[in-house]
Amino acid sequence: MTDTTLSTQESIFTSTARDWSSDMSTFKGVPWGKAMMWIFLLSDTFIFTCFLVGYMVMRMTVTEPWPVASEVFALTVWGVSVPLLLIAIMTFILITSSGTMAMAVNMGYQRRKWAVFWLMVATAALGASFVGMQCFEWTKLILERVRPWYNPMGAPQFGSIFFMVTGFHGLHVSVGVAYLLIVATRVVRGKYDHTNFEIVEITGLYWHFVDLVWVFIFAFFYLW
Amino acid sequence: MATVEVPYQETVPLHHPKTWIGKYIFSQDHKIIAVQYGITAMAVGLVALILSEFMRLQIAFPGWEFMNFFTADHYYQAITMHGMIMVIYLLTAFLLGAFGNFCVPLMCGARDMVFPFVNMLSYWVYLLSVIILMISYFVPGGPTGAGWTLYPPQTITAGTPGFDWGIATMLISLAVFIVAFTMGGLNYITTILQARTRGLTLMRMPLTVWGIFIATFLGLIAFPALFVSAVMMLLDNFLGTSFFMPAVVSLGQKLDYSGGQPLLFQHLFWFFGHPEVYIVALPAFGVISDLISVHARKNIFGYRMMVWAIVAIGALSLIVWAHHMYVAGMHPSFGFFFATTTLIIAVPTALKVYNWILTLWRANIRITVPMLFALAFVLTFIVGGITGLFLGNVIIDIPLSDTYFVVAHFHMVMGVSPILAIFGGIYHWYPKLTGRMLNDTIGRIHFYFTFIGTYAIYFPMHYLGFIGVPRRYYETGISEFYPIAAHNLNKFITIAALIVGISQVLFIYNLVHSYFKGKKAPANPWGANSLEWCTPETPPRHGNWEDRLPTVHRWAYDFGVPGEEKDHIPQTVPRRKAN
Repeated sequence: MTDTTLSTQESIFTSTARDWSSDMSTFKGVPWGKAMMWIFLLSDTFIFTCFLVGYMVMRMTVTEPWPVASEVFALTVWGVSVPLLLIAIMTFILITSSGTMAMAVNMGYQRRKWAVFWLMVATAALGASFVGMQCFEWTKLILERVRPWYNPMGAPQFGSIFFMVTGFHGLHVSVGVAYLLIVATRVVRGKYDHTNFEIVEITGLYWHFVDLVWVFIFAFFYLW
Repeated sequence: MATVEVPYQETVPLHHPKTWIGKYIFSQDHKIIAVQYGITAMAVGLVALILSEFMRLQIAFPGWEFMNFFTADHYYQAITMHGMIMVIYLLTAFLLGAFGNFCVPLMCGARDMVFPFVNMLSYWVYLLSVIILMISYFVPGGPTGAGWTLYPPQTITAGTPGFDWGIATMLISLAVFIVAFTMGGLNYITTILQARTRGLTLMRMPLTVWGIFIATFLGLIAFPALFVSAVMMLLDNFLGTSFFMPAVVSLGQKLDYSGGQPLLFQHLFWFFGHPEVYIVALPAFGVISDLISVHARKNIFGYRMMVWAIVAIGALSLIVWAHHMYVAGMHPSFGFFFATTTLIIAVPTALKVYNWILTLWRANIRITVPMLFALAFVLTFIVGGITGLFLGNVIIDIPLSDTYFVVAHFHMVMGVSPILAIFGGIYHWYPKLTGRMLNDTIGRIHFYFTFIGTYAIYFPMHYLGFIGVPRRYYETGISEFYPIAAHNLNKFITIAALIVGISQVLFIYNLVHSYFKGKKAPANPWGANSLEWCTPETPPRHGNWEDRLPTVHRWAYDFGVPGEEKDHIPQTVPRRKAN
């Protein structure tokens, strides 16, 4: 075994090479679930990448004009049309939920179970309100006669790709909400007392990933 | 002094099921799951084999009364189902599902996969995907007949068999399969990375594990593209979106589609489809490397280079996909890039072939049945690889595309070769899995029928392709411009195909008969070194090892070490202190 005083001085290249050439585990001290979640997220990244590449190809190939995002996604508040108002609030909420999630992870490593519980419930509540607002946005578009196969403002692919990608992301958020609530309940019921509460961090990884994907969807669908 | 690391699996007790159902049906034991994967894959592979025999009969004897029931629609459905089943539900499922499950924990010295429950789910979801696929024979219109590449727009326009329901069951089945694969694949990768035993560094792993490792990684990256294209095509079909559908006139009517991009589907499909070739090939490479080394009683030549070649092939396979699309109408300058990357893959691949041959060079070769299959693999892979160089070049590919040359190429390189590796692997690991030896004589007869038979099938097909016989034609009709020799050749190929098909009965008989009546197998019948041959019991029980996991002191290829008495030294034997 290596001397710990030496290992603090060595460069990241040396320590990486040592871990990869070692026996038993490549990522030292990383629980199985966490390694598995990282690999799953890598795979999931490719799903969203393919969806977004499909979106870019659609933007290049459609024959009819693409709707202007700042007009389509505007809300009229007291007679004033504010572009991207709802999306700004949704993004704010989702990023806030990442903050509460990070706090939950911190509380987990301090073994403060009820703090973990309430912070995870808060994260789930923020996530659920995000999905709720997405429902509101979908309803608004549907009332404006946008359909997956039809769009009164131009290219029908706008509706197709918008409902598909935001729907797929919304599904991820909904699954995340359920996942958060299950883990939060199990934390206070003492199911993870024998562990280091890594499960909170693993849940957090998934949640931050969903949040990060939203940043890309936000940039590509609402700002382009 | 830092604390000494202990394999985590040694510290947690394994849950042993008490009931028969828990042990053998809803089992979380990786070996049972491997068998379940293997049997399901072989069963569905037999369906695909029978479909191919019908196709061959139709090609050789068009208009024969016996084949009257086999209409053009049936022919295209058979082509599609044969291709999809063989590539995904047989080869991927067998090499990763069966070999992956069996080899990874045993060769890594682990008790089981890291998440056995998820592993069990993986099999049952796979079975569900197979059932959904088979349901397509019972929906209105039958299964899809679009060819296994499922290119839109023809896939979902009227006139293609199964354009409404068959394609839906196909796409849903694929999506479900991807879920199953992801659950299994995450387990394999995490097990290999995080749950190896004492002393087992990555560079001491047998090449089988390396092949499975990189192939699984490729699968997790490539299958998402197929998943996305399946979702988008389902929406095109059922919600009337136009992702892949341009404005089309079908049967005299303008359809409600406009502005879609069929090439997008091809790009997504082949971003999955090309790595898929290596998802199948890399585990086969690994298995063959181990088989050759063990049965030639010599260490694998250039182990490190073999590992890096696997890694390099895996990385390169992600940037070659559009060589399947030279004639699809993409920008011609793409062809230059993709032809270049394609031909670069030949370098690490040739390196592997040379290393296999150099391993055999002056080795103490034992012509056992697994070794026969391994040697046949190397030969077949060389043939298929060299025709790949033809098709990788744009200028040669254009006249050869959609001819029997292509059929011959991909059957040689990713049909016959991985199947030979699977057979070799089964003959090699069956004694460890069941505790019985397979019958040697039947094995040899099966080998010669399969090996010579497949050459009789696919070698003449190259010639057919050169004279321009197009593939996927139900019958040539009035365009019978090619010489009478080609027709006779087609008859010859069909007869060979029937013989090869029937000879597989020998194999199944051997598997079943030897399970009950076979000779009792010793713990290490081949004198191999890797950990699966060091288990305390044969067949290994649930948990594989005693209280303590094995300790690895060396690589898996110490055969005929100078100065040693025994001709092989298992991985668990400590190294002698240097003098």
